[in-house]
Amino acid sequence: MEYSSENERQSFRELLNQANELSTSSLRDEVVSSLYQTSQQICSRTVRFTKSKEDKKTERLDAVFTSPIWGFPIMLAMLGLIFYLTIAGANVPSSMLASFFTWLEDYISMAFFALNSPDWLHGVLVLGLYRGTTWVISVMLPPMAIFFPTFALLESYGYLPRVAFNMDRLFKKVGAHGKQSLTMAMGFGCNAAAVLSTRIIESPRERMLAILTNNFVPCNGRWGTLIVLASLFMAAGFTGGMKTLVSSGVIVGIVIFGIFVTFVVSWVLSKTMLKGVPTHYTLELPPYRRPKFFDTVVRSSLNKSYAVLMRAIKIAAPAGILTWVFANIYIGDTSIFMYGVNFLDPFAQSLGLDGYIMLAFILGLPANEVVLPILLMGYLSTGSMLEVDNLADLKNIFLDQGWTWLTALNMMLFSLLHYPCGTTLINIYKETKSYKWTFVAFLIPTVIAIGVTFAVAQLVRGMGWV
Amino acid sequence: MTTNEVYRIALAGNPNTGKSTLFNALTGLKQHTGNWAGKTVSLAEGSVHYKKSTYRLIDLPGTYSLYSNSTDEEVARNYIVFEKPHVTLVVLDATSLERNLNLALQVMEMTSNVIVCVNLIDEAKKRGIEIDELKLMRQLGVPVLKISARNKTGFPALLDTIDRMIRGEITTSPYAIQYNDEIEGKISELVPNVKKLVGDRFPSRWIALRLLDGDTSLLDEIQKRMHQEEESTWNTVQKTSGSHLENF
Repeated sequence: MEYSSENERQSFRELLNQANELSTSSLRDEVVSSLYQTSQQICSRTVRFTKSKEDKKTERLDAVFTSPIWGFPIMLAMLGLIFYLTIAGANVPSSMLASFFTWLEDYISMAFFALNSPDWLHGVLVLGLYRGTTWVISVMLPPMAIFFPTFALLESYGYLPRVAFNMDRLFKKVGAHGKQSLTMAMGFGCNAAAVLSTRIIESPRERMLAILTNNFVPCNGRWGTLIVLASLFMAAGFTGGMKTLVSSGVIVGIVIFGIFVTFVVSWVLSKTMLKGVPTHYTLELPPYRRPKFFDTVVRSSLNKSYAVLMRAIKIAAPAGILTWVFANIYIGDTSIFMYGVNFLDPFAQSLGLDGYIMLAFILGLPANEVVLPILLMGYLSTGSMLEVDNLADLKNIFLDQGWTWLTALNMMLFSLLHYPCGTTLINIYKETKSYKWTFVAFLIPTVIAIGVTFAVAQLVRGMGWV
Repeated sequence: MTTNEVYRIALAGNPNTGKSTLFNALTGLKQHTGNWAGKTVSLAEGSVHYKKSTYRLIDLPGTYSLYSNSTDEEVARNYIVFEKPHVTLVVLDATSLERNLNLALQVMEMTSNVIVCVNLIDEAKKRGIEIDELKLMRQLGVPVLKISARNKTGFPALLDTIDRMIRGEITTSPYAIQYNDEIEGKISELVPNVKKLVGDRFPSRWIALRLLDGDTSLLDEIQKRMHQEEESTWNTVQKTSGSHLENF
């Protein structure tokens, strides 16, 4: 027994020595790689992916787009990039359109004089209607023709649900429903439509939160105003690409501020008027799809830009005539328009705005698209006629009216925060069936808009920054 | 009741493949934990009665490989090699079969009594993953069954396959990974010497490969086990009959 055991031990030792001699450090790697190759080979013969490789790609992309670290920076970068492209790309076509319309206006005016038409008719049709609508076209069409297709590409690519996913946690924290981020994304298009889309939220409390705060997301009608003002005033000290970069940075900042206000209001409401705990839900992320590029671009620039523009023109045209009429009918030595302006001016000044701007916002209640056109017509109708050939001239119109960067900033802030447009208010009433909540939906943004612009104006003036 | 035989079935698999779900679904409340191989890691055990047999299921630790990088891996490995369960069920996640298959291939180097359970088959279907189990069976050379432990589907076929394997009605020819010529050459140099020492008690090709990988502690373990076996041949008989009694 003792002997055999010793013998056995000897054999084991010999085996061990032999193994040690043969063993190499790279052997483990070789073994493992053979193992993986075999697995892969067997799987390639026996496993079939019917949902194609797109699914795997989706998972990998989601790991980046919805990652806790990269999710938000990518979101902001995307937003910034869209605005950069919009502002940088819109500049030249905007100026070209403006000079074209001015050039055409001379001939139209000549035709009017040749036909011996009365001055008032020329005033109403050319200085009112024509000028109003062409301004809307040259100022708003180019940015929209770039912004909508770019946004639509991101949308059809499947990125927007990822934005919702990223925002979900924040909404839960303020006591709101995660799906509110989806209705909010809808609001970037149109707040009125977004109010209807809150139907996807089952709990009445959380749905009300989504309705009441949706307006803090700038809609189509307000993008134009934001983009034009930001590119004219917000990067005055910069030139070239840097100027565009700063302008888009300002717009991104405005959007973030709107989202911030959404959170604050949601949080306050869920602690006061609309108390409760957020409900749980599952958010399904659709796979990423390569958008049909040409299709998407054509469809969104034609349909969407065209629709928004037509809506603007339809309202801008009569508003243009009306504004011209009001501006040219005098009671005593003051026009009706100026009565309104003068009446609103002291209050508006305390908000860092002026009477024209305030009147434009009030007359623009039916649709946000017409606020800027009405404002321009108001300024142009005051008699100080300018040769407007490009966007720099547009800026001169504003500067002549005593605008500073504070005026532009506060107009942007007021546009972002103020009461929802008429259509949205009607939809809110239809959805809530309550005058009280519709009024609340009007009151909350209005109070915030006045409060914020007042605070900003006082701060800036108090610090002597303008 | 004398026909009641007890067979040990080991469950191996990667973590999160539903191995424990399968274990719980099969054994219900007939579970307890037992210590094996003198290690402090305890393994859950449970029993299933099928036809006239009792299967004692042993839930091995979930591991990604069996190279004994960790205690868990060593416990799982030692159980399969040294305790020699009558059947080793390798539970694979159907949604990531490629990664999971590595473990199955490793187990198949250690024993030929292997049944592969492709679990989470419902989840895979949802994700558009189709697995041809007949082809997989031919490739691997061992029975392959699709199951969903969560929905308890595929259990009858699984139990039937276990039963037939235990009764020797299924002959397997487990897929043996071919390594490169250098490694294969070294393996064939070692195998005769391994065989001389351990005979057919333990898988000699696998031991040779582990030795080449520098797993020297394996030899100590083998030596120890061989002595235990010699000393306790008689005890084992007692122990087995003891576990018979336990079931009554």
